[in-house]
Order: sequence, then C-alpha cells, then structure tokens
Amino acid sequence: MGFEDLQHNFMTGRIEDLVKWARRNSVWPATFGLACCAIEMMSVGAADYDLSRLGMEVFRASPRQADLMVVAGRVSQKMAPVLRQVYDQMMEPKWVISMGVCASTGGMFNNYAIVQGVDQIVPVDVYAPGCPPSPETLLHAILTLHEKIRTGEITRRPGSTAPAGEQATGGWVPTVPDAVRVATPR
Amino acid sequence: MSETNTALGAALPPSAVLPEVPRLPDRLVDQLAFPPRDRYLQMVEAFKAAGFEMCADLCAVDYLTHPGRTLPDGVRSERFEVVVNLLSMSLRQRVRIRVQVPEVDPTVSSIVDVYPGADAMEREAFDMMGIIFEGHPDLTRILMPEDWEGHPLRKDYGVGRIPVQFKEAPGPR
Amino acid sequence: MSEHDHHDRDPERDHRLEIESTILPAETSEGAQELLPRSGTDASELRREVGAVLRLPEGNYIDPSDIDIERREDETMIINMGPQHPSTHGVLRLMLELDGETVLRTKPIIGYLHTGMEKTGEELTYAQGSTNVTRMDYLSPLHNELVFSLATEALLNVEVPPRAVWIRMLMTELNRVSSHLMWMATNGMDLGSTSMMIYGFREREMVLSFFEKTTGLRMNNNFIRPGGVAADLPDGWQDDIEVICDTILARTFEYDELLTGQPIFRERTEAIGNLTAEEALALSVTGPILRSTGVPWDLRRSMPYLAYDKLDFDVIVGTYGDNFDRYSVRLNEIRESIKMIRQIAEQMPPGDYRVQDRKVTPPPRARIDESMEALIHHFKIFTEGFRVPEGEVYVAIESPRGELGCYLVSDGTSKPYRLHIRGPSFVNLQVLPVLLRGGLMADAVAVISSVDPVMGEVDR
Repeated sequence: MGFEDLQHNFMTGRIEDLVKWARRNSVWPATFGLACCAIEMMSVGAADYDLSRLGMEVFRASPRQADLMVVAGRVSQKMAPVLRQVYDQMMEPKWVISMGVCASTGGMFNNYAIVQGVDQIVPVDVYAPGCPPSPETLLHAILTLHEKIRTGEITRRPGSTAPAGEQATGGWVPTVPDAVRVATPR
Repeated sequence: MSETNTALGAALPPSAVLPEVPRLPDRLVDQLAFPPRDRYLQMVEAFKAAGFEMCADLCAVDYLTHPGRTLPDGVRSERFEVVVNLLSMSLRQRVRIRVQVPEVDPTVSSIVDVYPGADAMEREAFDMMGIIFEGHPDLTRILMPEDWEGHPLRKDYGVGRIPVQFKEAPGPR
Repeated sequence: MSEHDHHDRDPERDHRLEIESTILPAETSEGAQELLPRSGTDASELRREVGAVLRLPEGNYIDPSDIDIERREDETMIINMGPQHPSTHGVLRLMLELDGETVLRTKPIIGYLHTGMEKTGEELTYAQGSTNVTRMDYLSPLHNELVFSLATEALLNVEVPPRAVWIRMLMTELNRVSSHLMWMATNGMDLGSTSMMIYGFREREMVLSFFEKTTGLRMNNNFIRPGGVAADLPDGWQDDIEVICDTILARTFEYDELLTGQPIFRERTEAIGNLTAEEALALSVTGPILRSTGVPWDLRRSMPYLAYDKLDFDVIVGTYGDNFDRYSVRLNEIRESIKMIRQIAEQMPPGDYRVQDRKVTPPPRARIDESMEALIHHFKIFTEGFRVPEGEVYVAIESPRGELGCYLVSDGTSKPYRLHIRGPSFVNLQVLPVLLRGGLMADAVAVISSVDPVMGEVDR
C-alpha cells in the first residue's frame, strides 16, 4: 500500500494497525499443493478444521490474486523453477508457509531429486513440521503467520535483497543461481 | 484384437510358446523366460498371441554390483536387464520375460507396437537407466528435467545426499 | 507522461521484468518433452494419433478428415495447463492443442513430483522400506505398504498369521473407502460442486480418525510392515467400525441424491471421455477405468491375495466407459467395500498380529529389558536390518486406482537391490490423449479428474 516511504508516527501507526488487521484476516492462499501435504491442506480447508473461520477458504488459482503460498509437499528439481515463477507472480505483500518436512528441509528424501528445503528458492515466513503435519499443526502455523503480520512493521521494513535466512544465518546465503534469485525488496 | 500371427494359434499354453528359450521355474509367476535380445520382440508377440492381453509392467535393472545372480544355462549375464511382466486375464496367469542388455550397446527393441501401454514405461526405463528402445516413437526423458545429465537409477550414479549435521557422513549407510 | 518517466527511473523493475519474461520461462520449458507444433510432426506421426492405440493392420482405411493433416499450424493453438493448476490432481502438466474449444492432441508431461523413491528404496532396509513406499500413492498409503510387504514376505518365504492378514484386509478396504471418498470430493469440486468436496472430506475424516487411533497417523501410516502389522487393533474397534460403516453407507445414498440423478451432473459426465475395452487393454489400463469399460477384472476376485477369497463381494462393472460410468463404479465400490468391512469385522480371527520369527519381527519393547537375545534382535533389526534371501518377485494387488505392483530384487543383503513399484496412475495417464481427443476444453478437467491420477505414484 505504499507505506514504505512514509515516516513512522502516531497517525500512520493507527492506520498501520488497521491495514495489518485487514491483511491478516483475509490471507488468501494460492493453490500450491504438491504431494501428501496437499491432502492435509485440503482437509484443513474442509469441514472439520475449517479455514473459512480465518477468512482463508478461498484458494485462489491465480497467483496474482493470492497473498499466501503454502508450499505443501516435496519440491522436485523439475518443479523448482515453476515454484519460483509462481512466487514471483504474486503481488506484495506476500508470505510463504513451508508445510511439511519435505518443503522445509527436504524431509526424508535426501537425494538427487528433491530440493533440500524450499527456502533455497523462496523466502519462507513460517515452517510447519510434520510428515504430513496434522491439520492442527497447519492451523498453528497459520495463526503464527497472523501473529507475525500483526506484530510486524510495515513502514520500517529491513531493506534486504536476500531471502530471510540471511539474517538468521549471519551472512551465509544459500547458493541459488542468479537467474532465479530475483532482487525484490521485502 | 485379431492378431495376424496365426502360426501359433490362440490355444497354445504359455510354456509352449517358443520352448527353446531358456526358462526358470518360479513360485509365484508361472514362467520366467530369458530370451536373447534378438528374439525378445518375437517372444513378446508370441505371448500376446497366446492370450496375454496386457503388459503389466516393464522396468530395467542394473546388475553392476550384483553380477552373480541366478540365471539358466546358456544365458550370459550382462549389466542391464529389461524385465517385462505380462498378464493374461483369460488364463489368470502371469509371465515374466527378462532380457539381458549389455552395457556397451544398451539397445533393445521396443514393444510399443505390440503393447501400446508400454510407451510410458519404456520412456521411464530410458530416463532412469539409459536403455535405448529401438522403434519407440518418442524416446525422451519423462521424469527428470530435459537438460538432466546422467541416468539416476544406475548403480554408479550416487544418491545425491547432502551432509546433514549430526548424521553420519554419507557412505554405504 | 509521468508514468513513462517513472518507468525510466526504475532499472530494478526492468531487470525483474527481463528475468520474468525471458529467463524464467526458459527455466521452466522442458524441450523435447513438450507437445511440438504441427510443423514439427509428419503425416505418419499424425496418423499414429488416430490409430495410436489399436495397431491398424496394413491396408486399413483411415478417413482423412479424421486426421486433420491439412490443418495448418496457425489454425490451432497449443496451450499449457499446469503444473500448478487447481484442477489437475497434483502437479500434472498438460499441453493441449486446441482448435477453438475442441481438443486435438494432448501430451501429459510428468516428473514434477519425482522423488527418487526407487533410488531411496535401495538405501533403506526392508523395515524402513514401508516408510518410503507409503508416500508414493499418498491417498491409499496402506496399499503401497501392503504390496511392498507382500513382496518382501514372498522373498523371505514367511507365512503371516491369519489375524495379521485380516487386519491388513480391514485397513486396506478402509483405505479404499477413504480414497474413493477423496476422489468423489475432488471430482465434485472439479465439476463445480463444492458441497460434494466438503461432504467427501467430512466422511473421510471419520476413517482418518480411526486410522489415527489404530496406527498413530492419519496419512502415510507406517502400519503394514513385512511380517505383519505394526500393532494390534485398539479395544472397541468393532464399535468404531460399525459407526463408520453405517454412516458412510447412508451418506452414499445422499450422494446419489446430490449427484447421480441430477441433470447437470449427468449432462457433464455422460458420453464424455469414452473408452472402449480394446483401447483400455491395449494401454494396460487397470482398476475402475478398465472396469467401467465392461471388463470385469479385479485382482481381488480373479487372482486373490490375502484372504479375499473368503469374502463375498461383487465386482462393479460399467458399460460405456464414460465419465459417468467411472463415477458409478467408484461410488458402488465404496458400498462394496463397506460390505466387505462388515464381513471382516465379523470374521476377524484372534491371534498374533505379526509373525513370530525373531529374525524378522522386532521383539516387544518390554522384553528388551529382560532378555539379552531380545535386545540383540532389536538392535540388529533396527540398525542393520534383516537379510532377505536372494531372488526376485513381482507381486500385484488391487489398489483404488488399479493394479499396484512391486517388483523386488534382492541380492541377499538387508537392503533391496532394486525396488520398482508399478504405479497404476503412471500407466493410466496414457489414456488421457485418447479420452481428450475431440472433446471440449471444459470437459478436459472433468476427464482428468475421472482418471484419478495421483502424481505421487506417477512420478515416484
């Protein structure tokens, strides 16, 4: 919403709270179910564990209309550029939940075919462990994301051009090819 | 489904199909046949005429690190084997055909004209093991990206694991 | 214009646009695996499209208007569907050649979920193997585990106790119910009926909570292992099963009201995606797709495994091989499975739930404190694994999608030498070009859904 250039003061603080409330209560996920975790993601959207009470039951097919990409499942080498392309097509502000151990770290498949962690390709906000994570785990991850949206700052964002892992790992950056690492400000 | 191969007839039992090809008995499958490469396609066609309507499975095995497997007399062991499992619904029987394929010339006939369902299976065997199927209409990679080098399921292709903290060093596990 | 000025002052945006429009599409293109334009194919190739399945004997007449050889390249359009698409079941990429709304040629491109499970299977022991194979067909994980365990036991030459056999049958039939319910949910969703999606998942939750109670996990339960099953059924399981059976059976008649008789559903599924029996057999199609064409082939009836010959059930067969037949076959298979589950619940024998051979099955945890032998067996089984005699075997079972086979080669060590799983969806996907030809674009989604591919076992 163009807040990044404003000075941070009381009035923009109130507006920020309003904007963050609106953003976190209607996070629309993009359909990016890949494997078994996708089934659990669909279960979360279905009757017993309802995502609609969080405002998230509309899984948008087009990434241009989505806020959240839940990478649900194992990312193979062939799928990695597709993942990046879909992520790039999403509009800011956007968040990524890495659902399941295969998306977070490569999971039980430590081999030639699986990308060892989707954070090598896209910056991840919340990791949800499990194989597959039970629907309660995914709901917890989504609520953590809501908390992150609620407490995060919009006007003074760290102007970093690297995926979020860089701050946590003290400067070590995963080796992602330049063509895939697009320099978008967070 | 009217085949033109009337020389064998439809009532021939599977064991009488090309009886000169070496065989081994098997507990579960009714037959285990080991045709040489140049008679493989003929054998598959003969089985189809004998009532094996469906090709259940086609895969390839790399015997690089296990050369001492059991084979009948007269069959020389090569590095690769193409294994075809055929199913007969009318006879309720299964048959397995194992063809030895050498490493220096990993070519074998394609059975797509006999069983069109083997199309994708042969592409997978090509992608994963590097076996070339002569006569296949579209022999391209199917599971790996197009620019991938190497054939992953071969025994000299590593698993590709990355080192993980606190786990033992990558090795024979 | 001020917009124009702003554009000039933003080299970063230009850089990003350049990457988005040139490099990233180049990264995602798959070259020769994609559908090539008409100028790249010759007449024999196009003729193969029509007679692709049934080998046309020499001299057979082909109606030229059927092949569209004359169609110029600029009259048709090749579009790409997937791999990220809400209507393809998983990461299936389809390239379609369209003439207006009519689909001419189709080419599925797979491999977007390739996990190297067969290679991983060679690195894991037989006891760990079921954790690997269970993630192939993730909608019916117990079937994958069952076929792997049957293959291992065939090589080991052990006899599984009767209670384990019946528990396996119970769990796999429940899995069939949950897989078909999931299919009905996604099929309804693809056709536009979101309420069917919710109903299907609601029923499926009942089965999944029973799985959680018995195996510990809702999905990918590592329950059926070589030697038997991992644990006995919990107390009170008959009551749970009775509730599940009664509820789901009653709800299938609700689905009849919602879908089967409904005119819109009938219009969208009848006479769409027709398949003949000859085409199906030639393409090695098995499962509900084959049965919907009229061929009564079900491995549980024709080549029984476990104890299916002691159960009384019907094999559901369709007539026309269209979408509606595939839907009815699967709906009635849910009812047949419920019937079977009731019979299994009545006839469940008492006894051990896994084979007592200490070389194969780990001892009970309590024994490890008491007996040195038990400790050693436990240690050996969980670190090195049990050795399987040399040999090779092909075992096949009837999974909800068709013939699920496991070709296992052992070299005498504790890890498989070659593990190959014949995934039914991998083979069934070959039927898509035949089904989609001549149909409308909007029916493509319905047809893909009725073929019920699970990309986990397509790509492995």
